[in-house]
Amino acid sequence: MASSIVIAGVGGQGTLLASKILAAAAGEKGLFVRTSETIGMAQRGGSVSSHLRIDAKELSPIIPMHHADALLAFEPAEAVRMLPKLKPGAKCVVDTDKVVPTNVALGRGVYLAEEYIALLKEKCPAALFIKGAPLALSAGDIRTLNIVILGAAAGAGALPFTPREIRAAMAECVKPKLLAMNEKAFELGLKAPGVRW
Amino acid sequence: MSVKVCMGNEAIALGALAAGVSVAAGYPGTPSTEIIETLVGIHKPGVSVQWSTNEKAALEVAAGAAYAGARSLCTMKQVGLNVASDPLMSLSYIGVKGGMVIAVADDPGPWSSQTEQDTRSFAKHANLPVFDPSSPEEAYMMVLSAYEFSEKYSLPAFLRPTTRVCHASADVDFDIDAEIKKSDGFEKRPEWCIFPALSYRRHGELEEKQGEMARDFDKMPYNRIEGCGRKGVAVSGVSYLYAKEAIAELGADVLLYKVGTPYPMPERLTKKFISSVDSILVVEELDPVVEEQLLIEAAGRVPVLGKRSCDMPKNGEYSFEIVKKALIKYLGLPQEKEEREELPQLPVRPPVLCAGCPHRASFYAAKVATKDLKKAIYCGDIGCYTLGNAAPLNMVDTCLCMGAGITIAQGLALADAGAKCLAFIGDSTFFHTGIPGVINAVYQGTDITVIVLDNRTTAMTGQQPHPGTGKRALGDDAPALDIETILRACGVKLVSRVNPFDFESAVGAIREAVGFAGVSAVIAEAPCVAQLKKPAAICFVNDKCIKCGRCIKEIGCPAITPDEAGRAVVNAPLCTGCGLCACVCPVSAIERGERNGK
Repeated sequence: MASSIVIAGVGGQGTLLASKILAAAAGEKGLFVRTSETIGMAQRGGSVSSHLRIDAKELSPIIPMHHADALLAFEPAEAVRMLPKLKPGAKCVVDTDKVVPTNVALGRGVYLAEEYIALLKEKCPAALFIKGAPLALSAGDIRTLNIVILGAAAGAGALPFTPREIRAAMAECVKPKLLAMNEKAFELGLKAPGVRW
Repeated sequence: MSVKVCMGNEAIALGALAAGVSVAAGYPGTPSTEIIETLVGIHKPGVSVQWSTNEKAALEVAAGAAYAGARSLCTMKQVGLNVASDPLMSLSYIGVKGGMVIAVADDPGPWSSQTEQDTRSFAKHANLPVFDPSSPEEAYMMVLSAYEFSEKYSLPAFLRPTTRVCHASADVDFDIDAEIKKSDGFEKRPEWCIFPALSYRRHGELEEKQGEMARDFDKMPYNRIEGCGRKGVAVSGVSYLYAKEAIAELGADVLLYKVGTPYPMPERLTKKFISSVDSILVVEELDPVVEEQLLIEAAGRVPVLGKRSCDMPKNGEYSFEIVKKALIKYLGLPQEKEEREELPQLPVRPPVLCAGCPHRASFYAAKVATKDLKKAIYCGDIGCYTLGNAAPLNMVDTCLCMGAGITIAQGLALADAGAKCLAFIGDSTFFHTGIPGVINAVYQGTDITVIVLDNRTTAMTGQQPHPGTGKRALGDDAPALDIETILRACGVKLVSRVNPFDFESAVGAIREAVGFAGVSAVIAEAPCVAQLKKPAAICFVNDKCIKCGRCIKEIGCPAITPDEAGRAVVNAPLCTGCGLCACVCPVSAIERGERNGK
């Protein structure tokens, strides 16, 4: 069955690799996949999103409003930015650690953490909220946060793939010498406890 | 054949290998960069791959190879084609022997570009055929066809993917083990030299070929009519997928004309489409290329709606939502209720210089060095350092195109005598188009200061080598051209080299250069942070912090933020320990130290 997944974060958080792994997992399953990425200037700390459209060939590479079945958000404000993309009842995994841009510290722009949390709780009551950073650090590197979130999403049943299919895809996409660390991050993510806000 | 999930740019590179390409040349530029990078990654024996100095050089290298009968590929972003337009226009007259594909990536939006120019218009301007893929899998097939077509007509062929094709991925069937097409060697003929008499003849022949190509395009699978009904919709590029999804959702009867070769448009198919419908809506991003050709061909027999009729946006990227809305209006379907979800105000995340970026130190040093001048104008250029325009640095007053900063500064100096003009240029951009500007400044006797921000890489596009790095695209060693030697050879009398993190020296060098009458230059040398291994140093804030916020307000490093009490906090994973914040702190509350154990 066709499914659309949106991954949202901030440039540098590794959304691209997460998207690549899910695309490879679709490939493993023999499903046609179409994805789209933010690459270029926005990667320097900008808002980035990856769109995956699985098992449907003649679809736009960008997920339209109200068409996403799942959201993987690496950051609360970016989760809120993607809310209009979600279908009612879409599965969500949100990392609760804020990434506040420098311009907020300079008094240009806002970061309304309380409002974002309240809205996410209201719009996605079944969402899994996690704190991925400590898990990524215990896997060996903060940069495995993307894999922790992928694990959490697989554990929460937010993805059309089994953990085994994702592990196989990971082996395809991750450098061999980093694989063990990423596998650990994935296992920690699978069992990631939900946090209360 | 194998199947793999490929990014559009990867698919284009694989297509070129499947076509037996042996020479590929390009200059990095989003969204085209990954085409050459894929060829570098595969490193197929017998295929020569280069990052050229600029797009003009790349196009000429590819043309030379095709003169000798090799199949060649040339890649760039849309604005790169402006640089390469001089050889391009003549090459359409001279032609090629081996197949030559010019892959130019357009950027509707724009996401990472100065302009929203349309390479399809350029192709039409140059009388050259253009293939416009709607998806990565189609891009792969089109590259193969474009080589055949190029050889058949002895003309270079354009492939014009857009961001949503270049950076989209899909399953692609590919074959890269194809044999390299051997070149038979250059055959001397008078027709390789352009002269007015030859140009006159060739121009006529080129015009003849337009009709032949249009009829040939009738047979290509990328051009087709789908669906049913008397309501016509013509689409080009990725808009095909937006339209397909929207039409499916609306369940509407539409006769869809998919135009895969927007110039020249297929002749018979276009006539057939026009005669099968009562009206036409054209859905294409950027210029009305298909729309104008349909208007001419329809000659008033059926209405052609699109950008001219204000039924479609003239600028920006299209989307499923835009296309669906336009279709609803066009088909007279009931308007959907606009469900606008009210979201709280969200943080804007403008791209910023990385934590530890040497450009931040260079800009800040220039700011300090020029703060007592009555007026200083800071001319920027294209690269990561364009981001120096953002607050709090505010160190980029102008930015136009590659290499323009040095020459814009000269014009400003002529017309604003009271101002000191400084031009900032990156190392890759310096080699690309910066050098002629330096020569002009020396020749004209202008009083400007050039600051070369040398981070030893082409950073914005993802760390490509250039003539100053001592490496070629495939990683082999090359002679490293020395920027100081070049500046001196161009006649610049005062040239100094500094490490921008040696902050006091950097300020001193810039102050001296600014005070020099005539052309002066400072080369600020420090490697891009993306090339650093795990940094050994880190900055930390001690108890002396007086919460003045100066470290944040002066340099805007993403690794320092205030805590709730206003005390500066260093974000350890981001910090590279560059120490610029420590230079700024008035009370020595920031120290630079070893990263303990990590």
